[in-house]
Order: sequence, then structure tokens, then C-alpha cells
Amino acid sequence: MSIRRILVANRGEIAMRILRTCRKLDIETVLAASEADRDSLPARLATRTVCIGPAHPTASYLKPELQVQAALGTGCDAIHPGYGFLSERAAFARLCEQHGVTFIGPTSEQLAIAGDKLAARAAAKGVDVPLAPGGEAPSLDVAHELAARIGMPLLVKAAGGGGGRGMKLVERAADLDAALELAAAEAGAAFGDARVYLERFVARARHVEVQVLGDGAGNIVHLGERDCSVQRRYQKIIEETPAPGIPHELRARLHDAALRFAGRLRYRGAGTVEFLVDVQRDEFYFLEMNARLQVEHPVTEAVSGVDIVAAQIAIASGSGLRLMRGEAWRDGCAIECRINAEDPARDFAPSPGTVHSVRWPDAEGIRVDTHIESGARVPPFYDSLLGKIIAHGRDRAQALTRLRAAIAITRIEGIATNLGLHAEILADPEFMRGGVDTGYLARLLARPARAAARQHG
Amino acid sequence: MSLTARDIAEITRLLEDSSFDELELEIDGLKIHLRRNGDIPRFPAKGDRPQSTSVESNQARSPLLENSAPRETPPPPADPDLTEVRAPLLGTFYRAPKPGAPPFVEAGASVEPDTVIGIIEVMKLMNAVRAGARGVVRDIRARDGALVEYGETLLLIDARESR
Repeated sequence: MSIRRILVANRGEIAMRILRTCRKLDIETVLAASEADRDSLPARLATRTVCIGPAHPTASYLKPELQVQAALGTGCDAIHPGYGFLSERAAFARLCEQHGVTFIGPTSEQLAIAGDKLAARAAAKGVDVPLAPGGEAPSLDVAHELAARIGMPLLVKAAGGGGGRGMKLVERAADLDAALELAAAEAGAAFGDARVYLERFVARARHVEVQVLGDGAGNIVHLGERDCSVQRRYQKIIEETPAPGIPHELRARLHDAALRFAGRLRYRGAGTVEFLVDVQRDEFYFLEMNARLQVEHPVTEAVSGVDIVAAQIAIASGSGLRLMRGEAWRDGCAIECRINAEDPARDFAPSPGTVHSVRWPDAEGIRVDTHIESGARVPPFYDSLLGKIIAHGRDRAQALTRLRAAIAITRIEGIATNLGLHAEILADPEFMRGGVDTGYLARLLARPARAAARQHG
Repeated sequence: MSLTARDIAEITRLLEDSSFDELELEIDGLKIHLRRNGDIPRFPAKGDRPQSTSVESNQARSPLLENSAPRETPPPPADPDLTEVRAPLLGTFYRAPKPGAPPFVEAGASVEPDTVIGIIEVMKLMNAVRAGARGVVRDIRARDGALVEYGETLLLIDARESR
């Protein structure tokens, strides 16, 4: 079945990204935009734009029935959900399936398993993918028994959550009851699922994830790994591939574990299997699977030469992984900076508003994914991602040099951004050496010189 | 491609005169799907690109997708006595309670704020749209059975004539 017209059920830079590949493939597009995004850059790039509702996402982007109705009403044969919003909602994929609209992504069953962290842990266990010690905590007695076996510190996590949401760190056994109660209440409110589980807290670990593509018939390939350890409160801001300083043998085991996990699900589409890696101990643990396109997919595209959105569309239209064959592995190294509308000097407060003028870099080895042009409005209703600057080089040193230069010439006037923080990280000796852990950014932000500078200005 | 617009009109007439509700036809890669009673066609006849040919340019895009520029919010009517009734949500607009029934309102009809002027269907859920103003229906802009966007003007109400 060929896909000829796609409804893009998303906004911002990822809508641009999807529209671009559709243009290249000569596929018509309908952008489902909220009232706030009617005049956005993606709205002009799409073949047609329909306004699906008011600015607030709960009344527009997050309404499955409006998205499917918009697709049916404009004769679209498929929906690309992007990331965030409805991309990982099993119920949305099911609604598409019921109405004969192709959901560009995994099946609703696969989304349900990936979205249920306990089910995902069970699936990982079934194919010998290492898990951090832990398990379900259905009662306080079980939780305490389990906690004694895991040891402190540990994390209380929501079974229906992910990406760090609904997570509590427990450092003393005496705090466990309160943390369990709080986590269950929060999880119930946020995800409609109060189940929580315990997991060992790995303090000095790196976040390494493996990009996979599956045809839904049991064939899985991987496109290498990404290191996303530069994060603040579980929000990634710099990602790179390959993960620096990981021994060849450990890297191979990570790739293999991701293939086994996705294979167990007979995974369809593009997905990412996330791991915590303890390089010193030569160990890694399964975290979760993100059953969608990731924000940071361009670094993998830069190094692999594979257009992941095109691969998603090919898989959804039944061409399987055929298009993957013969694509050149370009090699080298790629690093991405997420440019956010947030103010590091004001505890990363979001800074919506109007971008008076913008200058994005244009240089060899540099790719920019963005929906922001001069005069663009950044509405307060959505995430703060303005764009991504991706540098590719023959090695990490060259990619870093290019990225530093690109960040230096980027200008975004009118709103606060984290450009300055990126420049600081890219010039920091610890980051330049490579292989920082997930606590790196918090430590950098707490450095005395920085704290003093913040106080004085 | 040998089918002309006249052929398609003729085929439509044949369906209308027949006892069938639906017709699916494929000729030389051109697929036509006709359905009676204003139901949303999955693949609009005119909107579909022939499967056998590859279309390169934007000019060859289907009529359905011609308006590539985002629709501007229509300026409010210059006449202060005219009220626009806008779509409260995206969906399929129906002027009548069911296929074949007389429309809720015609141009010239007097309406009260709570008079139902149409239905917007979202995934089999029927949402009544009310006039929201008192007056006389002037200009019915939304087509029966068409997709209406959030905020699209459905019809105009003239407040003068009810005084």
C-alpha cells in the first residue's frame, strides 16, 4: 500500500522535519495546526493546513478524534505523530487502525507494552537484557523487602510514566513510605495509572540509547547508539553519536541488547532503546523504549546517511527495511545542541514571545532543524524547543569545532535562549574530553564561579 | 487518461438514479469512490492522484489541496449588524439532522441564540451548533458534508431584520 497524503499531527521543528521528507518523496501533506500555529513556518510548507482547535494543546494537538477526523476529512491515508503529543498513545494508534488510517509508528499493542514500564521490564527480562535491580511495589511490605535487597539510594518510578516524570529519589529507608505514597498519587493524577516500581539508582551513569528500525515481521536493524548524558532534570540538551570512549565490546553488547528487545516485540517502525551505562563497571541497564521518532534522531542520520523519517514512511507503507539496503554509512561523528527558549539565568524559566530577528548558521557539516524565522512567535503553550543545530565531522574534534563556530554565529533576538550555556559546555574541558555522566550538567551549573556570575548579573 | 469531468458527472448521475449507495471504480489507475448522502469519501474522486503516474510539480496537485497558504482568519464583517457563526470545532458540517431531511435553517430564516443551525460530526459524535445571536440568516457559507476547520465561518446572521 502506498502512502500519498500524510497528516502531520504535530508542530514546530519536528513538523518541519517531517514535511521536508514528504516533499522529497513527493507525498502531499496536511498540517493539523492549532490556532496559535496557523501562520507558522510549517503551515506554509505543508500542501494544506487545517486548523484543528484552539491554542491549548488539550483542545487541539492532544485530541485523537480531531486528528483522525482531520485526516479523514482531507483524504489523508496516513498520520505522522512526530514526538510528544499523541505519538506514544496506544489509544490513538488504535483509533487510526479502526478508521483505516495508517499510523506511522508501531502497532497499538507495541505502544502499550513500551508505555507500561513494568511490561517493558518483563519483555527485557525475557530476552536477557540486563535490568537495574528492582520490581513492582504493590504494597508497603513488598516495597520494604524489595528495597532492602536493592539497597539505597533507589528510585520510585511510575509504571505508566517515562522520561523522568513521576520519579522520586529515596536515600534513606525511612523516607520510602512517603515517597511511595507521593509517587503513586502523582502517577495516578498524571498518567491515570497509580502503579509504581522500585529501581536501583545508578549515580554515575551515562545515558546511551540505540536507534532501531523494525519491519513488524521480526526483522530489526540498528543505526548505532547516541550518548545523551548532558541533561538537566532528565531533559537532554546535547546528544552525540557515537558515544565517546565506550569500549568496542560494550558497544556491541548494547546494540545487541537493543536488537533483542525490539525483536521480542516484533517492533514496527523507528524506535529507541534507552540504557544506563556504567563504563567503569562495564555494566548497563535497560531503561525504557521510546516507541517513536526522537528529537535527537538527526545525529544518527548524519552519521548513518539514513533518512529516518523516510524509513518510517517506507515501513508504514509496507516496504519494510528494503530501502535501508545500499545506503552508505557515512561515518564520522555528529553532535547536536537543542536550542531552547528558556533562560538559564532565571532557573531555566521558559521565555515565550516574539523572535525579532534570527540568524541560523549555514556552514559545511552543519544542519539546522527549526521552525523559527525572524518575526516568529513562540507561544507559551508548547515545549520550548526552538531548533537543533547538528554538526557532523570526520571525528569528534572536527564536529566540536564546527559546532562551536555554528553556535557562536547563531543570533536569536527578542527572547532568552540557552545559546550561551551551549557555548560554555562545548568549550568545557570535561565535556571536550568526552564521556560525561548524567550528573555533569548539574555540577557545571553549581560551579562556584558560575553561581557567583549569576548573582552579579 | 480518457475520463473527462463530463464522464465523472455522468457516472455520478447514474449512481444517483440507481438503487445503490456507493460506487467504487478504477480505470487506468484513476480511482473513483462515490457515496450517496454526504458521507465523507475516503478518497475524494477529484483529489486522488493516479497511481500509475508520478506527479512532479505542485501545479499538478489535487484541487483538494490547492490552498497551500494557511487560511487567514476572515476579517470581521464591516457591517456591525452582521454576526458570524463560527465552527466551534473541526469536523464534518451537516446542514440537516439526517440525510434527506430539510436543513435546520435556510437563508432568510429567523433564529434565536439557541436555535440549532447545523451539526458538526467528529468521529461519529454529533455536536449541535447554535446560532448564538438573534436575527435573520443571511449567507450560508459552509457546504453540507464538508470538512470545516476550527473557527471557520459557517453562516452570517443579520440582527436588523428581526427588530
